[in-house]
Amino acid sequence: MTPIDPVEIFRVEAQELLEQIEQGLLDLSHTPGDKELVAAVFRALHTLKGSGAMFGFDALAGFTHHCETAFDRVRKGEVQATPDLVAAVLNAMDHMRSLAEGRPCDAHVGEALLAELERVVAAAGGSQTSSVRANDPAGAVPVGVGGADTDAAPRLKTWHVVFTLAEDVLVNGTRPLPMLDELRALGDCHIRALTDAVPPIEALTPTNCHLGWDVLLTTDRPLSAIEDVFMFVVDDMALEITEVKGDDAVDVQAPAETVSPLVASATQAAAQVAPDLDIAAAAANGDAKTARADASVRVPAQRLDELMDRVGELVIAQSRLKQIAAASQDMNLRSVAEEIEHLASELRDSMMSVRMVPVAQLFSRFRRLIHDLCRDTGKEIELITEGETTELDKTVIERLADPLIHLIRNSADHGLETPEERLAAGKPAAGRIILAARQAGAEVVITVKDDGRGVNRDRVRAKAEENGLLAPGAVISDPELLQMIFQPGFSTAAKITSLSGRGVGMDVVKRTIEGLRGSLELTSPAGEGSEVALRIPLTLAIIDGLLVRVGTGRYVIPLSAVEECLELTAEQDVRSTGRSVLTLRDQLVPFLRLRSMFNTKAPPDVYQKIVVVSTGGERVGLVVDQILGDHQTVIKPLSVFHAEVGAFSGATILGDGGVALILDVGHLTSEAAQHSPAPLRAAS
Amino acid sequence: MTQTTLFDNGAVDVLTFDLDGEVFAIEATLVQEVVDKAPETAVPGAPAFVNAVINFRGRIIPLADLRLAFSLDARDTSLDSRIIVIAHEIEGETTLIGLRADKVYEVTTLNEAATEAPPRIGLRWRQDFIHCLAKRDEDIIVVPDLSAIFAARGQSTVGVVHPLHVPSTH
Repeated sequence: MTPIDPVEIFRVEAQELLEQIEQGLLDLSHTPGDKELVAAVFRALHTLKGSGAMFGFDALAGFTHHCETAFDRVRKGEVQATPDLVAAVLNAMDHMRSLAEGRPCDAHVGEALLAELERVVAAAGGSQTSSVRANDPAGAVPVGVGGADTDAAPRLKTWHVVFTLAEDVLVNGTRPLPMLDELRALGDCHIRALTDAVPPIEALTPTNCHLGWDVLLTTDRPLSAIEDVFMFVVDDMALEITEVKGDDAVDVQAPAETVSPLVASATQAAAQVAPDLDIAAAAANGDAKTARADASVRVPAQRLDELMDRVGELVIAQSRLKQIAAASQDMNLRSVAEEIEHLASELRDSMMSVRMVPVAQLFSRFRRLIHDLCRDTGKEIELITEGETTELDKTVIERLADPLIHLIRNSADHGLETPEERLAAGKPAAGRIILAARQAGAEVVITVKDDGRGVNRDRVRAKAEENGLLAPGAVISDPELLQMIFQPGFSTAAKITSLSGRGVGMDVVKRTIEGLRGSLELTSPAGEGSEVALRIPLTLAIIDGLLVRVGTGRYVIPLSAVEECLELTAEQDVRSTGRSVLTLRDQLVPFLRLRSMFNTKAPPDVYQKIVVVSTGGERVGLVVDQILGDHQTVIKPLSVFHAEVGAFSGATILGDGGVALILDVGHLTSEAAQHSPAPLRAAS
Repeated sequence: MTQTTLFDNGAVDVLTFDLDGEVFAIEATLVQEVVDKAPETAVPGAPAFVNAVINFRGRIIPLADLRLAFSLDARDTSLDSRIIVIAHEIEGETTLIGLRADKVYEVTTLNEAATEAPPRIGLRWRQDFIHCLAKRDEDIIVVPDLSAIFAARGQSTVGVVHPLHVPSTH
């Protein structure tokens, strides 16, 4: 167990906050008037600033403060959330991200961003100074509009500051005493505690802050300096600052003197309690924020992986036990083995569900991408997401991000037309990209669909011929032609843009998906847009498998692909020689003799079995010697030496310590589709 | 394993073993374990050089046959047969690999002074597969260049893809 680095915790938190801000801003660009969204963004900015300062990210806190200030004006309705403003804040947010990640940042960049933000804010809602002045006559100046103060002459003024903090403020680590010290540092200060809200002793919660303060402050510093004292708590507190004119200050002075030491000691005592609070107390507090923290626990992914490894080993040990028990006459041993099998399988399932995360996490990232793509391409693009609640293994989700980015870029860049072209073609000006996820058996299907011009066959053909992927004039079917796009070194973009078309795209996408044991399919009716469907297995770590024997070798077929098992009758066996096709309920199903593919030397079993498997609509029968039964398969990778052997996607350890290879059903079906499977080289 | 790293102080500890009557040596620090025998699982379609995998402490590792890289005869497994498990970097990843050996001798020290580069002529093996030859008593010990062998996937002849079984050249 490594000690947890507070800076790392902050980074994780900052990451989440930045995502919230980004999502909020993007939503806001669609519904500019939504007050709740504005408030949510403001809160996130505010929290980011607060924790940034707490963890010593001063540059971040300072920078965020200015953005927050600008955004506060939006919150107050003084400024409209124009697209320009949203864009400016988004840019500023990227800068915050760099700061949070501790990347070296040029201060000028930040300055430039702020200047831009200031300009946009001014354009959106009149100049800042004028609006501050407009509020002045009311007496109470809005809190949070720091920075530019109208006070020019440094002359002494007396301010009457009354503030009460939120009850749970101590729990969050805020200490009132330093605030009072800060106020004192500003000038001559008289502080009086407001004890009205302190409940009787039996109802008193010692960890809550029941006190308020009434402060009379005489200072030459501007109003903003006073406001800065409350910078981090201003959202959850009641604060009133008024300028005092004349003699009314004297009235407050006398009592203030006597009470203040008492207040100081009381707050000190309370503040000392705060750090000792544990999570339980915080949760009991009933605060919405802590309640959320209670409901979910943040765990480093690495620990989850370790746990998964242990579960995998347990499953292997369990199948060994099962084997021993099956051979034994001891009924007690058998029942225990059975119970352990149940437990191990339940443990495996819950472990799996722990690793599952909704694809919404992945999809939400693409909204920013679309936003930027709209700007860069000058096209109007609408992103529609469906099935965000579909869950996938965390590792799978992470590895899907890059391929999906590429597919979306491709759709935006090549697929969708410009608004003019679309209108001319009788389509709405805004192009659509639909990102959908759904579960189908043990697979999740993710589709990226656009309503653009579709794949230009002629260009694909020309390009394929040009790159030597296709003989000039060769006749190939339409699906085969479309498959050309996934060939290495293929790029249809007439000109290379920054978005896509570097010619490394689609084959990398294909490789990544296949690396996840998934498959992808491109369909594109001419002129009606295109659709790429990715089929991804739910998890990478453990699968249910069907254990079969071919000669002396044992192999695992992923159970999700198995449709049925039947016997290869002697009649079929004889009839099929030469064409390797069997009739299954009036449908012709090609089959592969694994014995001949694997060059098995051991004599065949008398009754050969066929395991019918399917992927992506294709069915194929695999002829095996024996079906051994189902097997919880912990997938282990094969080394680089065996990476080129396409027939196997991995290996697993069996109960007796032996190794079984896992058949790559997708590879075998495509092999069968070529009708004449070449035998693999001999194993020994 | 390059010339500069193998002999740090003019000498290196090696594990010597037998392949079809020839004595080979590999750096002792690479060796993880010497395994008596393990149930092998053949990988159909894999190159003959790495035609099987074994379960080594819950990890599935490839079993490489250096005899193919040196065109030596594959012998039947005997009581003396061992599998030497080594950790070697392949394509940037440290990979555990099992090496078949007809017999394992000992850990001994090779002096750089007693070694020489493989001769250019008169060698029936791929020159780049051999790091150096060491003389000890009357024997010659072959120190193979594992990186080169693994990178070539054990192809004993340049540019020729081997059929099912590598024919003996002597």
